[in-house]
Amino acid sequence: MNAESKRSFDVAVIGGGPAGMGAATVAAECGLSVVLLDDNPGLGGQIWRGESGSSKHTQASHWFDRVGRSSVEWILEARVFQVGKGHLSAESPDTVHQIAYSHLILATGARERFLPFPGWTLPNVLGAGALHSLIKSGLPVEGKRIVIAGTGPLLLAVAAYAREKGAQVACIAEQTTGAKFACFGLSVLLVPEELEEVWQLAWQLQAVPHWKNCWPVAALGKERLEAVRLSHHGRIREIASDYLACGFHLVPSLELAQFIGCAIQDGYVAVDENQQTCIPGVYCAGEPTGIGGFELALVEGQIAGFAAANRKDLARKLWRRRDAGLRHVRALRRAFELRDELRNMPQEDTLVCRCEDVPFGLLRAHQSWQSAKLHSRCGMGPCQGRVCGAAAEFLFGWSNSSVRPPLFPVRCSSLAEMPVETIPEIHEGGSK
Amino acid sequence: MPDSIVVWVAGKNVEVPKGATVAAAVFVAGAFCRTSPSGQPRTPFCGMGICFECRTVINGEPHRRSCQVLCEPGMVITPDEC
Ligand SMILES: Cc1cc2nc3c(=O)[nH]c(=O)nc-3n(C[C@H](O)[C@H](O)[C@H](O)COP(=O)(O)OP(=O)(O)OC[C@H]3O[C@@H](n4cnc5c(N)ncnc54)[C@H](O)[C@@H]3O)c2cc1C
Ligand code: FES
Repeated sequence: MNAESKRSFDVAVIGGGPAGMGAATVAAECGLSVVLLDDNPGLGGQIWRGESGSSKHTQASHWFDRVGRSSVEWILEARVFQVGKGHLSAESPDTVHQIAYSHLILATGARERFLPFPGWTLPNVLGAGALHSLIKSGLPVEGKRIVIAGTGPLLLAVAAYAREKGAQVACIAEQTTGAKFACFGLSVLLVPEELEEVWQLAWQLQAVPHWKNCWPVAALGKERLEAVRLSHHGRIREIASDYLACGFHLVPSLELAQFIGCAIQDGYVAVDENQQTCIPGVYCAGEPTGIGGFELALVEGQIAGFAAANRKDLARKLWRRRDAGLRHVRALRRAFELRDELRNMPQEDTLVCRCEDVPFGLLRAHQSWQSAKLHSRCGMGPCQGRVCGAAAEFLFGWSNSSVRPPLFPVRCSSLAEMPVETIPEIHEGGSK
Repeated sequence: MPDSIVVWVAGKNVEVPKGATVAAAVFVAGAFCRTSPSGQPRTPFCGMGICFECRTVINGEPHRRSCQVLCEPGMVITPDEC
């Protein structure tokens, strides 16, 4: 049974990562009443999760401290499943929160892009970011052999962290070319603030083979992962491994923005110079407006927070830092663009939809995401296409822009408390 | 282990550090989380609450996403059937 809580705030911020923490804090410091909602047990988002009070990262401790001293009211383990003009609904383990707001700041972050290949559903094959957060949250990896595969700078961060915790990183398989990677490296070296971190990473990873033009062909094993087969410069290599951590860069989490009707441009939420979307009073900050890292997310969040508090003078002071961050967004995009060969990774019987076990061969017969969904149940499981949707977009060029409430599977009692006008006629994908 | 807690995963007693997620405990136990519709065992995949592969039964409550739940002493964790 749900308890119900009805509250009203000047600003509602969805997402407690760097963007949301920055936005909520400055808006509260300007005197507004602010609620910050996140579906995890702690603030910090993908990068600082679980670090409050113990962080080595100076920026993290600064912001945890500042949000703690501010009047921001945060609600954790609360997943926003419906948002409309001036109100939203979120579900936490025993409560459904009905929140009325004047300004809304969407800071929903990004998730990893996963691409299917034979064996990717085997136990002990997991996301690169997943391995990172699992190690952080208590998974011992000392002495374990790990292969890290996919694309993007996250692979390096995960490799370094796993090594620090005693794992043996067998290799990093990076799909991009050596030349593109080198260009990216140079662009990072031009940013003085990043220099120290880059050298540190290079130092920590000096003994780890970092193969370019390399991607997974298959994950092998009977009950669990035993080895990884990789294509490297056209040659096949097989490497024994306890874990395979894979991820093909990040894709923005756009469901809430799409649902409320924000304009999307080139796959990201379109915003003006104050991070306002096409809907007045609705702002967006961080990864949904472009994948650019936590520094940019923090700056964008603060701009949105100041703008919501009508302190455009303070927002403007941050524009230059944001524009520098946007150059990094473009460099990342160029460097880690997916190569065409990755479309050949799945075989006929490779599952694309992990929720409903729908194989690649079945999907190939369809012309669109909608048709595939209707006939094969791909994307109809509880993840609602969050994993297979991004894969299908890359594999088949299908776009998925229709979003229906509830945005996540929720308890029936929470659904019953949704405002009537937002209840869908057909309830799809809510098979919790 | 200082600051560790003990939970039950698939009938096995496992020790994890305080602050560990149930997902981490499932790996430590060498167990599985859920069985897919075609009968494949699965372990946590995205680690961030979006893929639903980590669904387990926690203290009798089904479909809990173990990557977003912290271990508590004595918790009983068994595989989810869906
Ligand atoms: C898996 C992963 C691992 C990463 N690891 C690193 C790393 O090691 N080093 C590094 O430099 N960068 C890393 N990044 C990139 C880094 O996370 C981002 O640069 C930075 O966190 C962006 O901040 P943000 O505030 O935009 O988003 P996020 O930090 O992603 O925060 C968004 C928050 O919103 C929450 N949320 C989303 N939808 C809802 C909803 N409907 N209801 C409630 N809450 C919701 C999410 O759970 C999340 O906590 C990683 C990214 C990912 C996806
Ligand atoms: S591992 Fe994906 S939801 Fe928990």
